Amino acid sequence: MLLAQGGLNVVMMEAGPMLNPPKDYKEHVWPYELEHRGVGRGGRFLDSIVESEFLAPNGAWEIEGEPYTAAPGSDFRWFRSRILGGRTNHYGRISLRNSEWDFKPRSTDGVGDDWPISYKDLAPYYDKAEKFIGVYGFRDGVASTPDGIFQPPPKPRCTDLIVKNACDKLGITCVAGRRAVLTQPLNGRAPCHYCGQCSRGCISASNYSSSQVMIFPTLKTNRLDIIAMAMVREILVDKNGKPNAVSYVDKSTGVEMQVRAKTFVVAASACESARLLLNSKSEKYPNGLANSSGAVGRYLTDSVGSSLSGYFPQMEKIPPHNHDGVGGLHMFIPWWKWDRKNDFLRGYHIEFGGGPGMPGPGSFRRTCHRVEGYGSGLKQNIRKMYGAFIGLAGRGEMIPNKDTYCEIDPSVVDQWGIPVLRFHFRWSENEVKMAKDMQETFREIILAAGGEPLPKTSPPGRPHGLDRPGEIIHELGTVRMGANSRNSPLNGFCQSHEAKNLFVMDGACFATGPDKNPTLTINALAWRASEYLLDEAQKGNL
Amino acid sequence: MSGYKLSRRAALKTLSLGASAAAVLGTIPLEAAKHIHATLELEKFPHTPVAYRPKFFHGRQWQTLRKLCEMIIPPDEKSGGALEANAPEFIDLLTSENTNYQTQLGGGIRWLDAYCRKQYGKDFLGCPDALQKKVLDLIAYRSNSTPQTSQGISFFSFLRDLTTDGFYSSKIGIEDVGYIGNTVLSEFPGCPDPPDA
Repeated sequence: MLLAQGGLNVVMMEAGPMLNPPKDYKEHVWPYELEHRGVGRGGRFLDSIVESEFLAPNGAWEIEGEPYTAAPGSDFRWFRSRILGGRTNHYGRISLRNSEWDFKPRSTDGVGDDWPISYKDLAPYYDKAEKFIGVYGFRDGVASTPDGIFQPPPKPRCTDLIVKNACDKLGITCVAGRRAVLTQPLNGRAPCHYCGQCSRGCISASNYSSSQVMIFPTLKTNRLDIIAMAMVREILVDKNGKPNAVSYVDKSTGVEMQVRAKTFVVAASACESARLLLNSKSEKYPNGLANSSGAVGRYLTDSVGSSLSGYFPQMEKIPPHNHDGVGGLHMFIPWWKWDRKNDFLRGYHIEFGGGPGMPGPGSFRRTCHRVEGYGSGLKQNIRKMYGAFIGLAGRGEMIPNKDTYCEIDPSVVDQWGIPVLRFHFRWSENEVKMAKDMQETFREIILAAGGEPLPKTSPPGRPHGLDRPGEIIHELGTVRMGANSRNSPLNGFCQSHEAKNLFVMDGACFATGPDKNPTLTINALAWRASEYLLDEAQKGNL
Repeated sequence: MSGYKLSRRAALKTLSLGASAAAVLGTIPLEAAKHIHATLELEKFPHTPVAYRPKFFHGRQWQTLRKLCEMIIPPDEKSGGALEANAPEFIDLLTSENTNYQTQLGGGIRWLDAYCRKQYGKDFLGCPDALQKKVLDLIAYRSNSTPQTSQGISFFSFLRDLTTDGFYSSKIGIEDVGYIGNTVLSEFPGCPDPPDA
């Protein structure tokens, strides 16, 4: 958007189809209006997390013909969305700023590496991003999660008040949520109409998606061309090793094509961007484009996730009411223990939700398991306990470790002949201790709120209910920025240290993965990098 | 209950807000309004039942599935039951597409029939109501697990899950629990009756 507005001619390569929100989004559809009621053929989404026929197109853990692999002993799940706007069509829209010390972990606790930029460098771009995409919140002055430019937050739901009361008793900070959803009109976008279905995509663009809020409006500049169904194979370089073209497969025809360009911005999602660079081998870059450091694919992290649900009998007494709200959290618990020494480094925040949402397949399995039986007794129990559950989920910072990375699988290609990624993953002791702390906190909150914690089982290799690696869908760090070109492919402007006309502007460029959900920071970093790119282009430096 | 629900005209107005002034987004709010309009219209038409031909469960198995669904979620004074909500049709559709379900449910019904024949000399459907109830009272609870019943308990637990999935994703089931929402509000009213904690 900024590049086209700045006068450059931009070609965008999209590995999936174009998007047509009124046709593709399933906002306001009832489960019974779909043949499979949202669970897909053979009920395949019933046991899957995130996936659903209702999810705005088209995220999936597995894409036919486009596999990825995990090294023996590793487990990693990779969620991809091949459509214009990708995962921003359905993501959670939680929009938290990194704190000052999130950018300086080494200076703070001596572990890992600092970012080459500071909070001060990025703060003006957080401002711009928030003003443009629209974020609700309240300036609560929480040091771990800096205030931004906010629209008013929605009123609390009953479930929010229950958790908030408990947090007040326990001295835990619980404040208004911060999400990229409009509560007031912005740039011609209507405010939220409170159907609670953000993940289905929002036809009125009342929440942020790059497709609706950035890409469609940019088409009006006539300086943006979108090539849909373009599966990029590699970035080609000239005889001096300077990137000069992209080779891709047109998925609709199977024909191999090329686009020549002066400057290249890679933003295919963290791991896909790393894959592209690693697959772009040349004489100058035998280990992949801009990868003399060997760091491309390394420093991979996902958020530390663990969750616990509770049963809250007081919810049963609340009269039926519309609880839908903004389709995500109205309140949350920012990292509140930043001012003391903990059993682990770094921090986490807690997201929570529940209550009387729209029922659908799977909604009452927990109740069935709890009360068992059948007949009118079962029916009455379900009626009584409907809406009486609240789930809490932690999202914490994982510290990069040498056993966690992605690389090109030496023997597997996808159906287009492009070598695929192989993942290596290991949680370290710090993440395990953090998950333990999360579980203890969840129990405390649930009990203090007068609820009953539900049983939690921890599968082998995932103590304290750690979610499966990749399942939080916050992959970061695979083409990281850093002051030192020997261990970081990019500089602080998301620009390759080696190939000056190459930028990586997605989550790959993160030097670390703080507990904050990444999209807002991606927006701010990309905004800053785009202004720099325009400036450099004008100076003829690219 | 529907006090917060906007009229179609108001929804249209909210969503097309700024459409004329919107140089940036242009048509999107208007398209949105049309969509919401169409969706609200859609709600007014009840679904006309079409005669269903089972895809996987046939003959006596289909009848047994229907009987079990009805016993799991029967009609009561407040709402209809699993049969009216087309839960058996939903289960049959998924099962016809899923070989694991075919084994678990097809095999589960066979287990149930074999158990009834051994105990009472008749298959499940052939047993009188009291005996059918007696069998379900046994396999509906994990605490009744013995080497003789454990497979039946697993089967019933799975079928109960699917029956409630089918029932509570139907219009009847969604209304039964008293869900209010999936609509267009101009403002979110918050919690009507703050709970004690």
